[in-house]
Parts: sequence; C-alpha cells; structure tokens
Amino acid sequence: MAAAKPKAPRKRIRELTWKTAAYVILGAVGVVQLIPFFWMISTSFKPRGTEFLWPPQWIPNPVVLANYPTALTLLPFFIFFRNTLIITIANMIGGIGTSLMAAYGFSRLRFPYRSLLFSVCLSTLMLPDVVTLVPQFIMFKQLNWVNTFLPLIVPNWFGGSAFFIFLGRQFFTTIPMELEDAARMDGASSYRIWWSIMIPLSKAVIASMAIFSFQSNWNDFTRPLVYLYDTDKQTMALGLSVMKGVYQTDWNLLMAISTVFTIPMIVLFFLAQRQFMRGIVTTGLAGR
Amino acid sequence: MLALRSLSGKRSTAPVRRGRLLRQEAIDGFVFITPWLLGFILWTAWPMLFSLGLVFTNWSVLTKPSFAGLANFSRLAQDRLFYIALGNTAYYTFVAVPLTLVTNLIVALALNLKLAGINIFRTVYYMPTIIPQVANVMLWMWIFNPEFGLANALLTRLGLPKLGWFWDPRWSKNAMIFMTLWGFGTGMIIFLAALQGVPQELYEVGQLDGANSLQLLWHVTIPMITPVVFFNLCMGIIGSFQIFTTAFIVSDGKGGPANSTLFLVLYLYRNGFEFFRMGYASLIAWVLFAIILLVTLIQFRLARRWVYYEQEVI
Repeated sequence: MAAAKPKAPRKRIRELTWKTAAYVILGAVGVVQLIPFFWMISTSFKPRGTEFLWPPQWIPNPVVLANYPTALTLLPFFIFFRNTLIITIANMIGGIGTSLMAAYGFSRLRFPYRSLLFSVCLSTLMLPDVVTLVPQFIMFKQLNWVNTFLPLIVPNWFGGSAFFIFLGRQFFTTIPMELEDAARMDGASSYRIWWSIMIPLSKAVIASMAIFSFQSNWNDFTRPLVYLYDTDKQTMALGLSVMKGVYQTDWNLLMAISTVFTIPMIVLFFLAQRQFMRGIVTTGLAGR
Repeated sequence: MLALRSLSGKRSTAPVRRGRLLRQEAIDGFVFITPWLLGFILWTAWPMLFSLGLVFTNWSVLTKPSFAGLANFSRLAQDRLFYIALGNTAYYTFVAVPLTLVTNLIVALALNLKLAGINIFRTVYYMPTIIPQVANVMLWMWIFNPEFGLANALLTRLGLPKLGWFWDPRWSKNAMIFMTLWGFGTGMIIFLAALQGVPQELYEVGQLDGANSLQLLWHVTIPMITPVVFFNLCMGIIGSFQIFTTAFIVSDGKGGPANSTLFLVLYLYRNGFEFFRMGYASLIAWVLFAIILLVTLIQFRLARRWVYYEQEVI
C-alpha cells in the first residue's frame, strides 16, 4: 500500500493533463465549427464590394447596418417570413398534437390490431418521402389546393410523423401507470387523462419535438417549391433561392437574408436548449 | 391500480361492467390513433397505390392520362441521365454516410466526457445545424466561391492551388459531402443520447477487470450502442439517397456542372414538375424506393452479425 502512495499525485497530474488536452481540442474544434456561422454574420454587415477583399476581412469595416433594410425590401421578405411562420407553427401544433394522441393510444390503451398497426406506423419511418411526392401533388391538384398552404399543413394534422409517435410512445411508457389508474378511479376518461396527466408530464419530450418540428418545417424547401407559385404565398427558403438567382453577386445582402432566416432558429434553440439537451439525453431517444 | 385489477378480476360478479370497460378502452384507443390512421391511408397508402398505377401511364396533369404500358420502363433503361443520376446518388451516399457516421460518433464520444461545462460544448457543436438548409447552402457557396471564398483563401495560405468546388464537376459532390460533414447535428445528438444510456455498472465491472479506457470503449461502449449505430446508418442512407435541396440550390435546379450534381430526386423533380412527365417521375421514385428497400434489407441482414452482440463480448 505504501508503495502505491506516490502514484496518487502522478495520477492527478495525468488526469489534469488529459482534461486540459480535452478542453483545448474541444475548444479548437468548436471555434472552427463556428467559423461559417461567424462568416455569414460578418459578411452580412460588410459594405458592398468589401466582401470581395483579398485576403478575406474578418471584422467588417465599416459595419453597414443598412444591408438589412436593403436586403429585406429587395423581395417581399416580410411576407415570406410571415408565411413561413404560419406554416411552421400550424405544423408544430398539428404534428405534435396528433402524434402525441397516437403515441398515447399505442402505449396505454388496448385495442385490436394494436401491435400490427404500430409496426405499420414504424415501417413508414423507412419510407422515402419522394415516393408520395408525385401522387400527392396530383391529389392536391385535383382538390384545387395547389398554390395554397393546405398541402403543406393538412397532412401534418394527421398523425404528424412516425418518428414523433415513436418518441412519444417511448416517453409515455416511462410514466407510472398508477397515476393513470388513480385518475380512472376518480372517473376520468382516457381523453381527460391524456390532456391533464400525460401532456403536462411530457414537457421534455415535447420540447425536443418542438425543435425538430420547427427545424424541419422552417427548413422545408421541396414542398413549398412544388406547391407555392405566387410571390405572396412563398416562404423564406423559396424567397432566398429566388434572390440568389437575381442578386447572385451581392453576397452581403444574401448573407443578411440568410442571417434573418436563421434568427428564429437561434431564438428557439436558446429558449429550448436546456430542455432539448436534457430531454433528449435523458428521455431515451435511443429507445433503450 | 389495485381497485382496477380486482374489478377486472371479478369475472363472475361483473362481466358486463368489465366488458364495457374493455370495449370503451378499445374505442378510445381507435379514437386516439384515428388521425394517424386516416393520415396513413390518405397521404401514404393511397398515394403509393396511385403512384404504382401512374408508372404505366403518360400523364402531364394538364391533359388526360393515357395508358403507356411499359413505355416508361424502356425509356428508363435507355436513359443516360438516369444512370448518371444513379451513379451520383450512390457516390454521395456511400461516401457521405460512413464519414458522417464516424465523425458524429467521435464527436458524440468527446461530448460525452465528464467535464465541467460540457453542456456549453454540446450547444456550440450543435450550432451549425440550426442554420436553415437553404441559407446554409448559400453560405457554403460563398465560402467555396472560387475567386473570393474563404476556402480558397485558406488553400492559398497553405500554398495549395485554388479549387473550383461546387463549380468543378470533379469537386462538386465532394464539396457537398464536406458541407454535410460540417454540421454534426441530429445524428450526433442521437449518439450522445445512446452513450448516456450505457449502464455505468458495465464500466465499473470493466475497470475492476483492469480494462483501460480504450478497451472499455471498444468492448463496452461500442457494442452497447450498436443498435443506435444501426439506426443512424439506416436513416443516413435513406436521407442521403434523397439529397435534393443542396443540389437544387447549387445548380439552379439543373444538376450542373456537367450533370455532376444531378441526383435521383433532382432528376425526378425535373421530370415531374418541369417536363410534366408524371408517369416517368413516378417510375424513378419507385426505382429509388426499391434501391433504398434493398439496401435497407441488406443492412438488416448484416446487422445480425454486429448489432446486439454485447452479451457475448463482455
């Protein structure tokens, strides 16, 4: 035992060394990771022409705030922004709500063909979206829904996504059955239990779903491209791609719009970040 | 709980009540899954059937559909662009997916270290992923700008020749893969979640047996998370086969330069929504689906060899 004693400080030194090394590497990679992000914001404040300076200039000089109003009025970006927000929020509510409904049914209620239907649901995870792109377009065309928000919103109100149903089901199975049984004894219906017990207890998983849902809808390019033609119906993603075609050398303005496009994601991420990282890391997204 | 159990246990005394409760539960169950079930029928099952029929037609949507027999199939067999698109898609998928998987896993392992303030690093590493895709592609077109971009500035500084990146047929797909690798994103988060789920006792047992960190990683961590590696691999392949937005933005929807970014979904889109060949576009979708299905089935078959082996390894 006495011989082992001198090892203690050496062990501590070793631990200190690897921790320092870990911080340095993580920090360095993290900084490199953020370079494109920084470059986007930096370029968005550069005066016209200086974005082409060689070698590249990291901090804009002078800082041109006017790029933002200029860029935002080149195309009706306020309308694009509003449209994207409408579609995204409608899909978040409908997608998460109906997914949690199905998740509750699949996790807590017994009914015929439950496991068969749940495997069907899970198998749609593997289904590539593009298979339904053309036939859905024809369906919506016949319904006269093309060039409206309906094809982008309505399908989401029917069960959201299989991934969310899976996540929700995983989470619901961790909620103690006693809570539900007690409520049932007090005469609560399944609907009441879902709304007043399951949903309030599921904040962590709802936060993760909210981020995923917001991100995928805010990002979506394919469906707006296929369904939205009129300028006043288009979304940020479409608007930015149109702008790229017209003002392709005005990198400062393109980066200004890209930044505006990113801001809601940043806001949401920082609001939900704690819940998201915790929620995802502890609620068994991995399905273990 | 007890009350409900005894209630359902008393078959002889209250069979009617019990039956009614069970029936009520089944009805509620169906009500809860109804939105999903309707959605599955309306937006997945029926469109797929419909699309299967479309494969045998010529239809521009504007006019009436006409039966085309196997014309779309023979067209596909001789379509040079289809094979180019297939090759591009396969190249992108089989290069990008393994690289993404490995980098995401390494980053997740690093972010799983027990260090003070690790949550700050987790946030920072997720940041690039929150840039919306179209904005991100735009940003990388600027970084990869052959004349004034950051990437070539760095290459020049290192004494290397400038590259054409997105605008050079030999580099365009690699530039896209590079761009994809930059954001660690969801795959990394899923790995992280799995790593947090590995039972601590396993490490303690391993340490008692005298295993070092590397041995623990190889014999405990990796085997325990193989199901998630498999999940990320399958989802990665399915997602990569459907690459579209990046190529559409970079090439203005054309798939250039020299068809080097013409991927299957982009080619499908052009046929369906630019040339209005709905039947042909549907056929491309089904071919893509068949390929994805085949690859996924092979994955599942291979998975028997490397997923869930933890008991034997330890």
